[in-house]
Amino acid sequence: MATFISHSIAETAALGEQWGRAASAGWLVGLSGDLGAGKTLLAGGLARGLGVTGRVPSPTFALVHEYPGGRLPLWHLDLYRLTTRAEIAAAGLESYLCRPQGVVVVEWIERWLEEQSGPLAPGVRMRRVEIKIAGDAERRITYEDFGG
Amino acid sequence: MTLLAIETSCDETGVAIIREGRVLSNVVASQTAIHAEYGGVVPELATREHLRNFMPVAAEALRQASVTPAGLDAVAVTRGPGLPSALLAGLKAGQALAFCLRKPIAGIHHLEAHLYSPWILADPPRGDFAQFEPSVSLVASGGHTLLVHVRGLFNHRVLGATLDDAAGECFDKIGKLMGLAYPAGAQIDRLAADGNPKAFQFPRPMLAEANDDFSFAGLKTSVRYFLEKNPGLLDDPRRLRDVCASAQAAIVEVLAGKTARAARRLGARCVTASGGVACNNALRRELAAACAQAGMRLRLAERVFSTDNAAMIGILAERKLMAGAGEMDLDAEIEPNWALPLA
Repeated sequence: MATFISHSIAETAALGEQWGRAASAGWLVGLSGDLGAGKTLLAGGLARGLGVTGRVPSPTFALVHEYPGGRLPLWHLDLYRLTTRAEIAAAGLESYLCRPQGVVVVEWIERWLEEQSGPLAPGVRMRRVEIKIAGDAERRITYEDFGG
Repeated sequence: MTLLAIETSCDETGVAIIREGRVLSNVVASQTAIHAEYGGVVPELATREHLRNFMPVAAEALRQASVTPAGLDAVAVTRGPGLPSALLAGLKAGQALAFCLRKPIAGIHHLEAHLYSPWILADPPRGDFAQFEPSVSLVASGGHTLLVHVRGLFNHRVLGATLDDAAGECFDKIGKLMGLAYPAGAQIDRLAADGNPKAFQFPRPMLAEANDDFSFAGLKTSVRYFLEKNPGLLDDPRRLRDVCASAQAAIVEVLAGKTARAARRLGARCVTASGGVACNNALRRELAAACAQAGMRLRLAERVFSTDNAAMIGILAERKLMAGAGEMDLDAEIEPNWALPLA
Protein backbone atom coordinates (compact mmCIF):
# COMPACT_ATOMS: atom_id res chain seq x y z
CA MET A 1 0.00 0.00 0.00
CA ALA A 2 1.42 3.37 -1.06
CA THR A 3 0.31 6.82 0.09
CA PHE A 4 0.52 10.12 -1.73
CA ILE A 5 -0.49 13.42 -0.18
CA SER A 6 -1.77 15.89 -2.75
CA HIS A 7 -1.90 19.58 -1.83
CA SER A 8 -3.66 20.82 -4.93
CA ILE A 9 -5.73 20.01 -7.99
CA ALA A 10 -2.52 20.25 -10.04
CA GLU A 11 -0.74 17.66 -7.88
CA THR A 12 -3.63 15.20 -8.12
CA ALA A 13 -3.75 15.58 -11.91
CA ALA A 14 0.05 15.20 -12.10
CA LEU A 15 -0.12 11.91 -10.15
CA GLY A 16 -2.64 10.59 -12.67
CA GLU A 17 -0.49 11.77 -15.54
CA GLN A 18 2.50 9.91 -14.12
CA TRP A 19 0.41 6.72 -13.89
CA GLY A 20 -0.82 7.22 -17.44
CA ARG A 21 2.71 7.49 -18.80
CA ALA A 22 3.65 4.20 -17.10
CA ALA A 23 0.39 2.38 -17.97
CA SER A 24 0.38 -0.82 -20.03
CA ALA A 25 -2.43 -2.69 -21.76
CA GLY A 26 -4.73 -4.75 -19.55
CA TRP A 27 -4.54 -2.37 -16.60
CA LEU A 28 -7.55 -1.36 -14.53
CA VAL A 29 -7.47 1.59 -12.14
CA GLY A 30 -10.34 1.52 -9.64
CA LEU A 31 -11.08 4.77 -7.82
CA SER A 32 -13.00 5.32 -4.59
CA GLY A 33 -13.67 8.62 -2.83
CA ASP A 34 -16.51 10.96 -1.86
CA LEU A 35 -18.14 13.52 -4.17
CA GLY A 36 -15.55 16.23 -4.75
CA ALA A 37 -12.55 14.07 -3.79
CA GLY A 38 -10.98 14.39 -7.25
CA LYS A 39 -11.66 11.06 -8.98
CA THR A 40 -12.44 12.59 -12.38
CA LEU A 41 -9.42 14.86 -11.99
CA LEU A 42 -7.11 11.89 -11.39
CA ALA A 43 -8.69 10.03 -14.33
CA GLY A 44 -8.18 13.11 -16.51
CA GLY A 45 -4.50 13.20 -15.57
CA LEU A 46 -4.21 9.52 -16.40
CA ALA A 47 -5.76 10.18 -19.82
CA ARG A 48 -3.29 12.98 -20.51
CA GLY A 49 -0.43 10.70 -19.46
CA LEU A 50 -1.65 8.23 -22.09
CA GLY A 51 -1.53 10.99 -24.69
CA VAL A 52 -5.24 11.77 -24.84
CA THR A 53 -5.74 15.38 -25.88
CA GLY A 54 -8.88 17.38 -25.23
CA ARG A 55 -11.41 17.32 -22.44
CA VAL A 56 -11.98 14.43 -20.03
CA PRO A 57 -15.37 15.31 -18.50
CA SER A 58 -17.23 13.32 -15.87
CA PRO A 59 -18.88 10.16 -17.26
CA THR A 60 -21.51 10.09 -14.48
CA PHE A 61 -24.50 10.35 -16.83
CA ALA A 62 -23.08 8.60 -19.88
CA LEU A 63 -21.65 5.82 -17.59
CA VAL A 64 -18.71 5.31 -19.96
CA HIS A 65 -16.53 7.53 -22.14
CA GLU A 66 -14.14 6.03 -24.64
CA TYR A 67 -10.83 7.65 -25.66
CA PRO A 68 -9.27 5.91 -28.66
CA GLY A 69 -6.75 8.71 -29.38
CA GLY A 70 -3.93 8.00 -26.89
CA ARG A 71 -0.99 5.60 -26.77
CA LEU A 72 -3.45 2.89 -25.66
CA PRO A 73 -7.24 2.99 -25.84
CA LEU A 74 -8.77 4.26 -22.60
CA TRP A 75 -12.22 3.59 -21.16
CA HIS A 76 -13.41 5.92 -18.39
CA LEU A 77 -16.31 4.45 -16.40
CA ASP A 78 -18.41 5.90 -13.60
CA LEU A 79 -20.56 3.61 -11.45
CA TYR A 80 -22.02 6.48 -9.35
CA ARG A 81 -25.56 5.93 -10.63
CA LEU A 82 -25.42 2.16 -10.07
CA THR A 83 -25.20 0.36 -6.73
CA THR A 84 -24.80 -3.36 -7.20
CA ARG A 85 -23.05 -5.81 -9.47
CA ALA A 86 -26.41 -6.83 -10.90
CA GLU A 87 -27.20 -3.25 -11.93
CA ILE A 88 -23.75 -2.75 -13.41
CA ALA A 89 -24.16 -5.93 -15.47
CA ALA A 90 -27.68 -4.89 -16.54
CA ALA A 91 -26.31 -1.56 -17.77
CA GLY A 92 -23.94 -3.52 -20.00
CA LEU A 93 -20.77 -2.35 -18.25
CA GLU A 94 -19.37 -5.71 -17.15
CA SER A 95 -17.51 -6.22 -20.42
CA TYR A 96 -15.49 -3.03 -19.86
CA LEU A 97 -13.94 -4.28 -16.64
CA CYS A 98 -11.47 -6.52 -18.43
CA ARG A 99 -9.95 -4.97 -21.54
CA PRO A 100 -6.63 -6.65 -22.40
CA GLN A 101 -6.07 -4.22 -25.29
CA GLY A 102 -6.22 -1.00 -23.27
CA VAL A 103 -6.54 0.79 -19.94
CA VAL A 104 -9.75 1.12 -17.92
CA VAL A 105 -10.29 3.66 -15.16
CA VAL A 106 -13.41 3.21 -13.03
CA GLU A 107 -14.90 5.74 -10.60
CA TRP A 108 -16.87 4.36 -7.63
CA ILE A 109 -15.22 0.96 -8.13
CA GLU A 110 -16.55 -0.19 -4.74
CA ARG A 111 -19.98 -0.51 -6.38
CA TRP A 112 -18.52 -3.35 -8.44
CA LEU A 113 -16.21 -4.87 -5.86
CA GLU A 114 -18.84 -4.78 -3.10
CA GLU A 115 -17.26 -6.80 -0.27
CA GLN A 116 -14.33 -7.96 -2.31
CA SER A 117 -11.08 -5.97 -2.32
CA GLY A 118 -8.85 -8.18 -4.46
CA PRO A 119 -8.49 -8.55 -8.23
CA LEU A 120 -11.53 -8.78 -10.48
CA ALA A 121 -10.58 -11.88 -12.43
CA PRO A 122 -7.48 -14.00 -13.01
CA GLY A 123 -4.98 -12.12 -15.14
CA VAL A 124 -6.42 -8.67 -14.48
CA ARG A 125 -3.99 -6.16 -13.06
CA MET A 126 -5.73 -3.63 -10.88
CA ARG A 127 -4.66 -0.57 -8.92
CA ARG A 128 -7.18 0.06 -6.15
CA VAL A 129 -7.14 3.75 -5.22
CA GLU A 130 -8.78 5.52 -2.30
CA ILE A 131 -8.94 9.32 -2.20
CA LYS A 132 -9.72 10.87 1.17
CA ILE A 133 -10.57 14.54 1.62
CA ALA A 134 -8.06 15.74 4.24
CA GLY A 135 -8.69 19.49 3.94
CA ASP A 136 -9.94 22.16 1.55
CA ALA A 137 -7.12 21.42 -0.89
CA GLU A 138 -5.45 18.38 0.65
CA ARG A 139 -6.16 14.82 -0.45
CA ARG A 140 -4.77 11.60 1.01
CA ILE A 141 -4.43 9.15 -1.90
CA THR A 142 -3.66 5.54 -1.01
CA TYR A 143 -3.27 2.78 -3.57
CA GLU A 144 -2.44 -0.90 -3.79
CA ASP A 145 -1.74 -3.12 -6.80
CA PHE A 146 -3.37 -6.53 -7.33
CA GLY A 147 -2.83 -9.29 -9.88
CA GLY A 148 -0.33 -9.55 -12.71
CA MET B 1 -43.27 12.04 -45.13
CA THR B 2 -44.32 9.96 -42.11
CA LEU B 3 -41.41 8.94 -39.95
CA LEU B 4 -40.86 6.86 -36.80
CA ALA B 5 -38.03 8.18 -34.60
CA ILE B 6 -36.18 6.33 -31.84
CA GLU B 7 -34.08 7.75 -28.99
CA THR B 8 -32.11 5.46 -26.64
CA SER B 9 -28.80 7.24 -26.04
CA CYS B 10 -28.95 7.19 -22.24
CA ASP B 11 -31.76 6.53 -19.74
CA GLU B 12 -34.93 7.27 -21.70
CA THR B 13 -36.57 5.02 -24.26
CA GLY B 14 -38.35 7.37 -26.66
CA VAL B 15 -40.37 6.81 -29.82
CA ALA B 16 -42.12 9.56 -31.81
CA ILE B 17 -44.14 9.70 -35.02
CA ILE B 18 -43.50 12.77 -37.21
CA ARG B 19 -45.41 13.80 -40.34
CA GLU B 20 -44.59 16.88 -42.45
CA GLY B 21 -43.01 18.68 -39.50
CA ARG B 22 -45.79 17.81 -37.07
CA VAL B 23 -45.27 15.67 -33.96
CA LEU B 24 -48.14 13.16 -34.12
CA SER B 25 -46.98 11.36 -30.97
CA ASN B 26 -44.03 11.52 -28.60
CA VAL B 27 -43.78 8.71 -26.04
CA VAL B 28 -41.02 8.50 -23.45
CA ALA B 29 -40.67 5.59 -21.04
CA SER B 30 -38.97 7.56 -18.32
CA GLN B 31 -36.91 5.62 -15.85
CA THR B 32 -36.61 8.71 -13.68
CA ALA B 33 -39.77 7.90 -11.75
CA ILE B 34 -38.36 4.50 -10.90
CA HIS B 35 -34.96 5.99 -10.02
CA ALA B 36 -36.39 8.34 -7.41
CA GLU B 37 -37.72 5.42 -5.36
CA TYR B 38 -34.17 4.19 -4.93
CA GLY B 39 -32.87 7.44 -3.42
CA GLY B 40 -30.28 8.59 -5.85
CA VAL B 41 -29.37 5.49 -7.75
CA VAL B 42 -30.73 3.70 -10.67
CA PRO B 43 -31.91 0.13 -10.90
CA GLU B 44 -31.16 -1.69 -14.12
CA LEU B 45 -30.10 1.41 -15.94
CA ALA B 46 -30.06 1.63 -19.65
CA THR B 47 -29.65 -1.42 -21.79
CA ARG B 48 -31.98 -4.03 -20.42
CA GLU B 49 -34.67 -1.42 -19.82
CA HIS B 50 -34.46 -0.23 -23.41
CA LEU B 51 -34.99 -3.77 -24.64
CA ARG B 52 -37.96 -4.20 -22.32
CA ASN B 53 -39.45 -0.78 -23.15
CA PHE B 54 -38.94 -0.53 -26.87
CA MET B 55 -41.85 -2.58 -28.24
CA PRO B 56 -44.55 -1.20 -25.88
CA VAL B 57 -43.29 2.38 -26.37
CA ALA B 58 -43.21 2.00 -30.18
CA ALA B 59 -46.68 0.42 -30.20
CA GLU B 60 -48.04 3.26 -28.06
CA ALA B 61 -46.47 5.93 -30.29
CA LEU B 62 -48.04 4.34 -33.39
CA ARG B 63 -51.40 3.97 -31.64
CA GLN B 64 -51.49 7.61 -30.46
CA ALA B 65 -50.58 8.78 -33.98
CA SER B 66 -53.10 6.40 -35.63
CA VAL B 67 -50.30 5.20 -37.90
CA THR B 68 -49.50 1.61 -38.82
CA PRO B 69 -45.96 0.45 -39.63
CA ALA B 70 -47.03 0.08 -43.28
CA GLY B 71 -47.81 3.81 -43.28
CA LEU B 72 -44.22 4.79 -42.49
CA ASP B 73 -41.96 6.35 -45.14
CA ALA B 74 -38.77 6.44 -43.10
CA VAL B 75 -37.15 5.57 -39.78
CA ALA B 76 -34.80 7.75 -37.69
CA VAL B 77 -32.62 6.75 -34.79
CA THR B 78 -30.07 8.34 -32.44
CA ARG B 79 -26.73 7.02 -33.64
CA GLY B 80 -24.58 8.75 -31.00
CA PRO B 81 -23.07 9.99 -28.82
CA GLY B 82 -24.12 7.94 -25.81
CA LEU B 83 -23.76 4.71 -23.91
CA PRO B 84 -22.79 2.07 -26.51
CA SER B 85 -25.11 -0.69 -25.31
CA ALA B 86 -28.04 1.74 -25.04
CA LEU B 87 -27.44 3.21 -28.49
CA LEU B 88 -27.15 -0.27 -29.91
CA ALA B 89 -30.62 -1.25 -28.64
CA GLY B 90 -32.26 1.65 -30.50
CA LEU B 91 -30.10 1.50 -33.61
CA LYS B 92 -30.69 -2.21 -34.20
CA ALA B 93 -34.42 -1.88 -33.58
CA GLY B 94 -34.56 0.96 -36.12
CA GLN B 95 -32.50 -0.90 -38.68
CA ALA B 96 -34.65 -4.00 -38.34
CA LEU B 97 -37.79 -1.90 -38.87
CA ALA B 98 -36.31 -0.08 -41.88
CA PHE B 99 -35.18 -3.40 -43.36
CA CYS B 100 -38.63 -4.97 -42.98
CA LEU B 101 -40.35 -1.90 -44.44
CA ARG B 102 -37.69 -1.39 -47.15
CA LYS B 103 -37.57 2.29 -46.19
CA PRO B 104 -34.62 4.65 -45.61
CA ILE B 105 -33.16 5.14 -42.12
CA ALA B 106 -31.53 8.31 -40.83
CA GLY B 107 -28.77 8.25 -38.17
CA ILE B 108 -29.07 11.34 -36.00
CA HIS B 109 -26.60 13.08 -33.68
CA HIS B 110 -28.22 13.35 -30.24
CA LEU B 111 -26.70 16.76 -29.44
CA GLU B 112 -27.61 18.15 -32.85
CA ALA B 113 -31.22 17.19 -32.12
CA HIS B 114 -31.05 19.08 -28.78
CA LEU B 115 -29.39 21.99 -30.58
CA TYR B 116 -32.34 22.47 -32.96
CA SER B 117 -35.06 21.51 -30.42
CA PRO B 118 -35.81 25.17 -29.57
CA TRP B 119 -37.35 25.35 -33.07
CA ILE B 120 -40.11 22.92 -32.11
CA LEU B 121 -43.36 24.41 -30.80
CA ALA B 122 -45.28 22.58 -28.07
CA ASP B 123 -48.94 23.33 -28.82
CA PRO B 124 -49.65 22.06 -31.35
CA PRO B 125 -46.32 20.24 -31.47
CA ARG B 126 -44.56 20.96 -34.73
CA GLY B 127 -41.32 22.22 -36.22
CA ASP B 128 -41.07 25.97 -36.55
CA PHE B 129 -38.09 26.34 -38.89
CA ALA B 130 -39.76 29.19 -40.78
CA GLN B 131 -38.69 31.26 -37.78
CA PHE B 132 -35.17 29.84 -37.73
CA GLU B 133 -32.31 32.26 -37.42
CA PRO B 134 -28.60 31.96 -36.62
CA SER B 135 -27.87 31.87 -32.91
CA VAL B 136 -25.56 31.15 -30.07
CA SER B 137 -26.98 28.06 -28.37
CA LEU B 138 -26.58 26.62 -24.91
CA VAL B 139 -27.15 22.87 -24.58
CA ALA B 140 -27.20 21.93 -20.88
CA SER B 141 -28.29 18.60 -19.43
CA GLY B 142 -27.21 15.94 -16.97
CA GLY B 143 -24.58 14.62 -19.34
CA HIS B 144 -23.65 17.62 -21.49
CA THR B 145 -22.97 21.32 -21.22
CA LEU B 146 -21.86 23.07 -24.38
CA LEU B 147 -22.04 26.38 -26.15
CA VAL B 148 -22.53 26.25 -29.91
CA HIS B 149 -22.44 28.86 -32.66
CA VAL B 150 -25.26 28.03 -35.09
CA ARG B 151 -24.36 29.98 -38.23
CA GLY B 152 -27.14 28.50 -40.34
CA LEU B 153 -29.41 25.49 -40.38
CA PHE B 154 -27.13 22.43 -39.89
CA ASN B 155 -24.09 24.71 -39.95
CA HIS B 156 -22.79 24.84 -36.40
CA ARG B 157 -19.51 24.86 -34.47
CA VAL B 158 -18.90 24.07 -30.79
CA LEU B 159 -17.45 27.11 -29.01
CA GLY B 160 -16.87 25.49 -25.63
CA ALA B 161 -17.97 22.72 -23.29
CA THR B 162 -17.62 21.58 -19.71
CA LEU B 163 -14.15 20.48 -18.67
CA ASP B 164 -15.53 18.24 -15.91
CA ASP B 165 -19.11 18.00 -14.56
CA ALA B 166 -22.15 18.93 -16.67
CA ALA B 167 -24.50 21.60 -15.27
CA GLY B 168 -27.29 19.07 -14.63
CA GLU B 169 -24.83 16.73 -12.94
CA CYS B 170 -23.76 19.63 -10.69
CA PHE B 171 -27.40 20.21 -9.68
CA ASP B 172 -27.87 16.50 -8.92
CA LYS B 173 -24.64 16.11 -6.94
CA ILE B 174 -25.15 19.28 -4.91
CA GLY B 175 -28.64 17.91 -4.20
CA LYS B 176 -27.08 14.64 -3.05
CA LEU B 177 -24.74 16.54 -0.70
CA MET B 178 -27.82 18.24 0.75
CA GLY B 179 -29.63 14.92 1.16
CA LEU B 180 -32.18 15.49 -1.61
CA ALA B 181 -33.50 12.56 -3.64
CA TYR B 182 -32.45 11.89 -7.22
CA PRO B 183 -32.88 13.62 -9.60
CA ALA B 184 -32.35 16.77 -7.56
CA GLY B 185 -32.38 19.45 -10.26
CA ALA B 186 -36.14 20.02 -10.24
CA GLN B 187 -36.26 19.98 -6.41
CA ILE B 188 -33.50 22.56 -6.12
CA ASP B 189 -35.39 24.74 -8.61
CA ARG B 190 -38.53 24.43 -6.47
CA LEU B 191 -36.83 24.98 -3.09
CA ALA B 192 -34.75 27.86 -4.47
CA ALA B 193 -37.92 29.71 -5.48
CA ASP B 194 -38.46 30.60 -1.80
CA GLY B 195 -34.78 31.03 -0.93
CA ASN B 196 -32.38 33.96 -0.98
CA PRO B 197 -29.84 33.57 -3.81
CA LYS B 198 -27.52 36.07 -2.09
CA ALA B 199 -27.57 34.34 1.32
CA PHE B 200 -24.32 32.47 0.66
CA GLN B 201 -21.55 33.23 -1.77
CA PHE B 202 -20.41 30.33 -3.96
CA PRO B 203 -17.81 30.65 -6.73
CA ARG B 204 -18.82 31.41 -10.34
CA PRO B 205 -16.37 29.03 -12.01
CA MET B 206 -14.79 30.31 -15.24
CA LEU B 207 -17.23 33.21 -15.55
CA ALA B 208 -14.36 35.69 -15.80
CA GLU B 209 -12.29 33.59 -18.18
CA ALA B 210 -12.12 34.60 -21.82
CA ASN B 211 -12.95 31.15 -23.28
CA ASP B 212 -16.38 29.55 -23.76
CA ASP B 213 -15.69 26.50 -21.58
CA PHE B 214 -17.43 25.60 -18.34
CA SER B 215 -16.35 23.85 -15.13
CA PHE B 216 -18.70 22.81 -12.35
CA ALA B 217 -16.69 20.27 -10.34
CA GLY B 218 -15.08 22.96 -8.19
CA LEU B 219 -18.43 24.53 -7.37
CA LYS B 220 -19.74 21.14 -6.23
CA THR B 221 -16.68 20.71 -4.01
CA SER B 222 -17.03 24.19 -2.52
CA VAL B 223 -20.65 23.43 -1.59
CA ARG B 224 -19.35 20.29 0.11
CA TYR B 225 -16.79 22.27 2.15
CA PHE B 226 -19.44 24.85 3.01
CA LEU B 227 -21.88 22.21 4.31
CA GLU B 228 -19.13 20.53 6.34
CA LYS B 229 -18.23 23.83 7.97
CA ASN B 230 -21.87 24.63 8.72
CA PRO B 231 -23.26 21.45 10.26
CA GLY B 232 -26.93 21.62 11.14
CA LEU B 233 -27.62 24.25 8.48
CA LEU B 234 -29.70 21.84 6.46
CA ASP B 235 -31.92 21.04 9.46
CA ASP B 236 -33.38 24.54 9.10
CA PRO B 237 -35.77 24.45 6.11
CA ARG B 238 -35.35 28.18 5.50
CA ARG B 239 -31.55 27.90 5.36
CA LEU B 240 -31.83 24.83 3.11
CA ARG B 241 -33.84 26.92 0.64
CA ASP B 242 -31.17 29.63 0.87
CA VAL B 243 -28.40 27.12 0.08
CA CYS B 244 -30.42 25.85 -2.91
CA ALA B 245 -31.02 29.39 -4.18
CA SER B 246 -27.40 30.42 -3.68
CA ALA B 247 -25.90 27.34 -5.36
CA GLN B 248 -28.41 27.56 -8.19
CA ALA B 249 -27.56 31.23 -8.70
CA ALA B 250 -23.89 30.31 -9.13
CA ILE B 251 -24.64 27.70 -11.82
CA VAL B 252 -27.20 29.81 -13.63
CA GLU B 253 -25.16 33.02 -13.65
CA VAL B 254 -22.24 31.20 -15.26
CA LEU B 255 -24.44 29.53 -17.90
CA ALA B 256 -26.37 32.67 -18.81
CA GLY B 257 -23.40 35.01 -18.48
CA LYS B 258 -21.10 33.02 -20.76
CA THR B 259 -23.89 32.37 -23.29
CA ALA B 260 -24.79 36.07 -23.54
CA ARG B 261 -21.15 37.09 -23.73
CA ALA B 262 -20.43 34.67 -26.60
CA ALA B 263 -23.53 35.90 -28.43
CA ARG B 264 -22.41 39.54 -28.12
CA ARG B 265 -18.87 38.69 -29.25
CA LEU B 266 -20.14 36.84 -32.33
CA GLY B 267 -22.78 39.43 -33.15
CA ALA B 268 -25.60 36.88 -32.82
CA ARG B 269 -29.08 38.35 -32.68
CA CYS B 270 -30.63 35.23 -31.22
CA VAL B 271 -29.85 32.97 -28.24
CA THR B 272 -31.33 29.51 -27.76
CA ALA B 273 -31.20 27.05 -24.86
CA SER B 274 -32.08 23.36 -24.72
CA GLY B 275 -31.46 20.20 -22.68
CA GLY B 276 -32.93 19.27 -19.32
CA VAL B 277 -31.31 22.19 -17.47
CA ALA B 278 -33.16 24.58 -19.81
CA CYS B 279 -36.26 23.67 -17.74
CA ASN B 280 -34.71 25.45 -14.74
CA ASN B 281 -36.78 28.55 -13.96
CA ALA B 282 -33.88 30.64 -12.70
CA LEU B 283 -31.91 29.91 -15.87
CA ARG B 284 -34.88 30.87 -18.02
CA ARG B 285 -35.23 34.17 -16.12
CA GLU B 286 -31.50 34.90 -16.20
CA LEU B 287 -31.24 34.23 -19.94
CA ALA B 288 -34.34 36.36 -20.59
CA ALA B 289 -32.84 39.26 -18.63
CA ALA B 290 -29.45 38.98 -20.35
CA CYS B 291 -31.03 38.85 -23.81
CA ALA B 292 -33.42 41.72 -23.11
CA GLN B 293 -30.51 43.86 -21.97
CA ALA B 294 -28.47 43.04 -25.10
CA GLY B 295 -31.43 43.35 -27.49
CA MET B 296 -31.22 39.69 -28.54
CA ARG B 297 -34.11 37.34 -29.13
CA LEU B 298 -34.33 34.31 -26.83
CA ARG B 299 -35.72 31.00 -27.93
CA LEU B 300 -36.02 28.36 -25.18
CA ALA B 301 -36.78 24.73 -25.93
CA GLU B 302 -40.29 23.84 -24.76
CA ARG B 303 -40.07 21.84 -21.53
CA VAL B 304 -41.50 18.69 -23.15
CA PHE B 305 -38.71 18.78 -25.75
CA SER B 306 -35.93 19.73 -23.30
CA THR B 307 -35.26 16.37 -21.73
CA ASP B 308 -34.36 13.40 -23.93
CA ASN B 309 -37.15 12.62 -26.39
CA ALA B 310 -37.59 11.10 -29.83
CA ALA B 311 -39.63 13.98 -31.31
CA MET B 312 -36.52 16.15 -31.62
CA ILE B 313 -34.75 13.24 -33.35
CA GLY B 314 -37.62 12.81 -35.82
CA ILE B 315 -38.12 16.53 -36.56
CA LEU B 316 -34.42 16.89 -37.34
CA ALA B 317 -34.31 13.64 -39.35
CA GLU B 318 -37.23 14.67 -41.55
CA ARG B 319 -35.54 18.00 -42.39
CA LYS B 320 -32.30 16.19 -43.14
CA LEU B 321 -33.85 13.47 -45.29
CA MET B 322 -35.76 16.10 -47.27
CA ALA B 323 -32.44 17.88 -47.85
CA GLY B 324 -30.86 14.62 -49.01
CA ALA B 325 -28.75 14.22 -45.86
CA GLY B 326 -28.64 12.00 -42.81
CA GLU B 327 -29.40 8.65 -44.42
CA MET B 328 -27.25 5.74 -43.24
CA ASP B 329 -26.70 2.16 -44.37
CA LEU B 330 -28.73 -0.65 -42.83
CA ASP B 331 -25.55 -2.09 -41.34
CA ALA B 332 -24.15 1.23 -40.08
CA GLU B 333 -22.65 1.12 -36.60
CA ILE B 334 -23.31 3.26 -33.53
CA GLU B 335 -21.10 6.32 -32.96
CA PRO B 336 -20.70 6.48 -29.14
CA ASN B 337 -17.97 9.16 -29.33
CA TRP B 338 -19.55 11.24 -32.10
CA ALA B 339 -18.48 14.87 -31.60
CA LEU B 340 -20.04 18.00 -33.07
CA PRO B 341 -17.63 20.02 -35.23
CA LEU B 342 -15.43 22.44 -33.28
CA ALA B 343 -15.10 26.14 -33.98
